[in-house]
Parts: sequence; structure tokens; C-alpha cells
Amino acid sequence: MKIGVCIKKVPDTETRIKIAPDGRQVSLDGVSFIISPYDEFAIEAALQLKETAGQGEVVVIAVGDEETGKVMRSALAMGADRAVLVTDPAVVETEPYDVARILAAVARKEGVELLLFGKQGVGQDYQQVPALTAEVLGWPAAAVVVKLEVAGGELTATREIEGGEEVDRLSLPAVVSAQKGLNTPRYASLKGIMAAKKKSIEPLTLAALGQAPLAQRSWEVVRLEMPPARPAGRLIDGEPEDQVKQLVELLHTEAKVI
Amino acid sequence: MAQGFLVFVENRNGRIRKGSLEALAAARRLADALGRTVDAVIVGDEAAADQAARFGAHRLFRVAPADVFESRDGVVELLAGLVRQESPAWVVASATAAGKDCLPALAARFERSVIQDATEISVEGGELLVKRPIYAGKAFEVVKPAGALAFLTLRPNVFPAVEAPAPATVVAHAAAVDPQRIRTRVAEVRETAGGKVELTEAAIVVSGGRGIKGAEHFPLIEQLAAALGGAAGASRAVVDAGWVDHHHQVGQTGKTVSPTLYVAVGISGAIQHLAGMSSSKYIVAVNKDPDAPIFKVADYGIVGDLFKIVPLLVEEVTKLKA
Ligand SMILES: Cc1cc2nc3c(=O)[nH]c(=O)nc-3n(C[C@H](O)[C@H](O)[C@H](O)COP(=O)(O)OP(=O)(O)OC[C@H]3O[C@@H](n4cnc5c(N)ncnc54)[C@H](O)[C@@H]3O)c2cc1C
Ligand SMILES: Cc1cc2nc3c(=O)[nH]c(=O)nc-3n(C[C@H](O)[C@H](O)[C@H](O)COP(=O)(O)OP(=O)(O)OC[C@H]3O[C@@H](n4cnc5c(N)ncnc54)[C@H](O)[C@@H]3O)c2cc1C
Repeated sequence: MKIGVCIKKVPDTETRIKIAPDGRQVSLDGVSFIISPYDEFAIEAALQLKETAGQGEVVVIAVGDEETGKVMRSALAMGADRAVLVTDPAVVETEPYDVARILAAVARKEGVELLLFGKQGVGQDYQQVPALTAEVLGWPAAAVVVKLEVAGGELTATREIEGGEEVDRLSLPAVVSAQKGLNTPRYASLKGIMAAKKKSIEPLTLAALGQAPLAQRSWEVVRLEMPPARPAGRLIDGEPEDQVKQLVELLHTEAKVI
Repeated sequence: MAQGFLVFVENRNGRIRKGSLEALAAARRLADALGRTVDAVIVGDEAAADQAARFGAHRLFRVAPADVFESRDGVVELLAGLVRQESPAWVVASATAAGKDCLPALAARFERSVIQDATEISVEGGELLVKRPIYAGKAFEVVKPAGALAFLTLRPNVFPAVEAPAPATVVAHAAAVDPQRIRTRVAEVRETAGGKVELTEAAIVVSGGRGIKGAEHFPLIEQLAAALGGAAGASRAVVDAGWVDHHHQVGQTGKTVSPTLYVAVGISGAIQHLAGMSSSKYIVAVNKDPDAPIFKVADYGIVGDLFKIVPLLVEEVTKLKA
């Protein structure tokens, strides 16, 4: 089975976010980038499916820039076979639907049977590219998946829902987005890192995909804001018994939350 | 009539999601400010429809339960039909598991993206201004929906669910969904929380960190949560150590919660943890290290040993509630 894994480049989660001088973007100067953490679960799932089947191919796919190519190397080092990177000046600030449209075109071109995603890009946090892509392709989809089995062209996917789990059945080709709990992503081995250097990252343009850039049209960014500063807190001193009594009193009479 | 809102009301076995009621009330507030109306749709029996009808819709389409609506694809078909029929300007749902999954699938049919997880919506110059967290709340983006049709989900537990002066008119809606359109079939739904309060909907959350030292002490956190009538959460350190399952994780790569009270016990306050809880109304920290970063965001802090403090807290809270 040929499995596509869509990965997004995001700022390291340690990053302290600053707003750029134009007030409408995050300043990414000097930021280091990683594969969005949820995408690592998707890569691991793909590698395990390939290993279990004893055959197949894992292709990582991204819409991005040169920097994206660098993080794609880490996916190749984990064991992915190939990487396809759609770069085009027109797709830098593309909205999720357009990213989905492009990813769908790549999935078709590559002939993948299973297209895996992270449940969320840890950054813009748009939480929708997987569902949008599935709809563009007309494929069944399961989101926020914590368990995945493939047998006889059919997928069984366990999804996380409020207060429980939902077990879905889907036939291939299909789209699945990964949630923490699905597996434990492997670290790249030294051998993997060496091998990744020889693997290719194939560049692709919108024109080559037969896609034209679309204008941003679902919304317009007015401004970015930092979270409101929290008022200075109060440390409660004393013996444990007094501390607790005071705290409960404050929560009850001052904050009025209990 | 001017185009208005269409709100999807989520109903699981007669239990309407609190977030849906919040979405209805929010839509009504905005519609009143804009001079527009609110339509809503629910799959369910008459009792469920009557309950939902109180929360702000002018007109509520009631669709009789059917197997096709168990699947996301059935819900998307239903909503797509209503969008075509009613031409709303804004389609709204709560940012629940189903809402966050179905709205993008629906939006794709209209070649649109979704403004997910809104935490604030206001009206300015006859248009909506929507605020949503990015980088798990380390910053916010304020956007203006563009075009004639916009899709929005609203973060649960942020908007108040208030009843409207008059209930909606309930209209029976016959949505014939072709079973051929169902691509994802639901085989089973399992409740794992055993009726416990869902983390993202809880008014009070008590989370434990590595300071609890082992799985055997997580019940301390659960006891305090139970005493307060809230839900128990955890830091990633606790989840990765296997002391509790990942459903409990709060933070940038876990759940984002905004309860009225968040109690962090034995949690240092790493940037990724703060991202998931710093929009809580009140934050309490219990930590033995006075320099722990969690105290920077806490409204009330206790420097002390959690193994002494938490049992006393359980006692004191239970006394207060008695
Ligand atoms: C106004 C504006 C500003 C933007 N600013 C930025 C920015 O500062 N930095 C930035 O990186 N992007 C930016 N974008 C692009 C935006 O992030 C894309 O729309 C993006 O693809 C969706 O991101 P997400 O990770 O939030 O999506 P989600 O729906 O949360 O992503 C879920 C999953 O989809 C997959 N996926 C998402 N995007 C891609 C992709 N490009 N390639 C392959 N797989 C993908 C991954 O598996 C990911 O885990 C901007 C877009 C707009 C409209
Ligand atoms: C990609 C990535 C994503 C991440 N996502 C998340 C996320 O979503 N959520 C998250 O929580 N973390 C996340 N992290 C991890 C984060 O960086 C921290 O490692 C983690 O939050 C630490 O958990 P902790 O506070 O429980 O443990 P520690 O940092 O070890 O803190 C334990 C605290 O307990 C206190 N303590 C110890 N004993 C006692 C006692 N007897 N009484 C009182 N206090 C005591 C200590 O003083 C200390 O402050 C992520 C990290 C990465 C790299």
C-alpha cells in the first residue's frame, strides 16, 4: 500500500510568540522549526503499517517553503521513503481550503491509498486541513484517531470524542488524522539519518499539479493580539492548615468560584 | 428576510451538548446586534428540540433521528442541504469533536475554510470580528469573515448559554440522505469517562503534574476534582509516564481548557502547559518550589507539599459544600 503523510512545519513549541511590526503576523525571526508534533504520530503509523504489511511505500507531502524541506529530512530519517514538497510563492499564506486542494492533487498524482495527517498543526491551529482534503477527494475520513487497523481494504479507526471513543469503519482510499496515543513515534537512528541524506525531496509547483493559486477569501486577518496580562497573584503564607483555610475562603468569597 | 445564522445543535442520545446551547445563545446575541435571524437544526426527538428551542433560535428545524445521522457524512449532507435551502450568511457549530470535523467537511463543499475555535465574537460596523487563539493561546488572531458565506466553530465553555425571551418555532424538516453518501460508518460508541465531567466543558479543572510522583497518587487529584465538582487533568509529564491516559493532558499538545477555576498541583508551568490553561478565569497553584513558573500566572499560590495540602483542601472544600 502506498501511504501519504502530510506534514506541516511549525515553530518549536518552546517558542515565545512575538507579533511582527505589521501587527498581523507572528514574527518568526530566529525561530527553529519542527514537524508538527501530531504529524509524528501519523508518520509512525504509516511506517508501522508498511512494516506490518512487509511492503509498500511511505511518501511525506508538504505545501511549504525551503525551511519545510529541512523538517521533511527528519521524516525521511525516521524511515519515510520519499518526500514531495509543493513550493510556490503563491502558497505562503494560503488558507486551509487551498492547502487541502493542493494536497488532494498530490495524493491523486501519487496514487496514495491512505492519506495520513496530524489532527492539528501546532501553530495556526486551524484544525481542518484533513477534513477539507477528504472532502475534496471525496474519500471517507476519521479525525483525531488513537487506534488504527487495516485489513482487507478496510480501516478500523478509533477516534477520541468527548467522554469516550467512537469506532469508525472506512474503506480505502481514506483520510485519517492522528491524535496523541496512536503510537510512540520512533527517534531517527544514525543509519536513518545517513540514509535520509541520499533520499530525494521532489519539488513540485502548482503549475505542474495543474492547480492555479486561489486568493485568500474565507477571512481577512485584522490584527494579532497577545493574551491579556494576568493580574499579579497572591502567595498564601502560613502553616498548611491556615494556607488551605485561607485559600478556600478566598475562592469562596473573593473569586466566588466555589 | 436578511440572511442570518444557521446553528448546528449536537445531540447525543437526548443529551444536547452544552457547547451547542452556547453557540445558539452567541448567535442570537450577534443576530440581535445585526438585525438578522437565527435558524438552527437538531437531529432528535421532540423533547430535545423543545430544550434546544429555548436558547436563542428563531426557527429550529427538527430532523427525526435516523441511522444516517450517526455518521459525520450524514450530518454534513443534512447541513449542506439546509445551507442551499436557506442561504445563511454564517454557519455556526460548537468546536466539539463533531463540530470541528463536520464543519470543515461542509465548508469544503462551498470551497471555504472554517474559522475554528472562536473565543470572542463582536459586531463592528455591521460585520463580525472573530477572535481565535493561535499557538494554543500564546497569541490571538482577530479575523473578519469575507464573502457571503462563513463557517465558524465556537470554543466550548467560553460563551454563556443564556435562554432567549421566547422559544424558537420548531419546524419538522424531512432530510432524505442517500445512504450511498455515507462513507464513514460508525461501528460503536464507547463512553470511557463513566459520566464524569468532560475536561473541556468543566467549570473547574484540577490537574496533577510530576510532583504527584506516581500513578498511585493520581486519585488525590481525582478526589479534589470530585470534591469541587470538576474534572481531573494532567501535565504531559504525567501522561508520558503512563500514570493516566492521554485524554487527561492539558497543554499545547493536549486539551485547551478555560474553566472558571484551574488548580495546578505539582506542575512546574512549562510554556506548553501554560498554553493550554492560561485563559482560565482563576488559577490556583500548589507547588513546593516558590520559583516555579506556574506562580507567575496563578491568582492564588500555595508554596507547600502537595501531599499535605491536597488532603486538607479536600477536607475543607467538602466542609464548605456540606
Ligand atoms: C493569513 C494567513 C497567515 C498564515 N500564516 C502562517 C504562518 O505564519 N506560518 C505558517 O506556517 N503558515 C501560515 N499560514 C498558512 C496556514 O498555516 C495554512 O493554511 C496551513 O496549511 C493550515 O495550517 P494548520 O497547521 O493550522 O492546519 P491544520 O488543519 O491544523 O493542520 C492539520 C494537519 O494538516 C496537515 N497540514 C496542514 N498544513 C499543511 C501543509 N502546508 N502541508 C502539508 N500538510 C499540512 C498536517 O498533517 C497537519 O497536522 C497562514 C495562512 C493565512 C491565511
Ligand atoms: C513538543 C512538546 C509538546 C509539549 N506539550 C505539552 C502539553 O501539551 N502539556 C504539558 O503539560 N506539557 C507539554 N510538554 C512538556 C513540558 O515541556 C513539560 O516538560 C511538562 O509540562 C512538565 O510537566 P510537570 O510540570 O508535571 O513536571 P515538572 O516540570 O517536572 O514539574 C513538577 C513540579 O512539581 C513540583 N513538586 C514536586 N514534588 C512536589 C510536592 N511534593 N509538592 C508540591 N510540588 C511538588 C516541582 O517543584 C515541580 O515544579 C511538551 C513538550 C514538548 C517538547
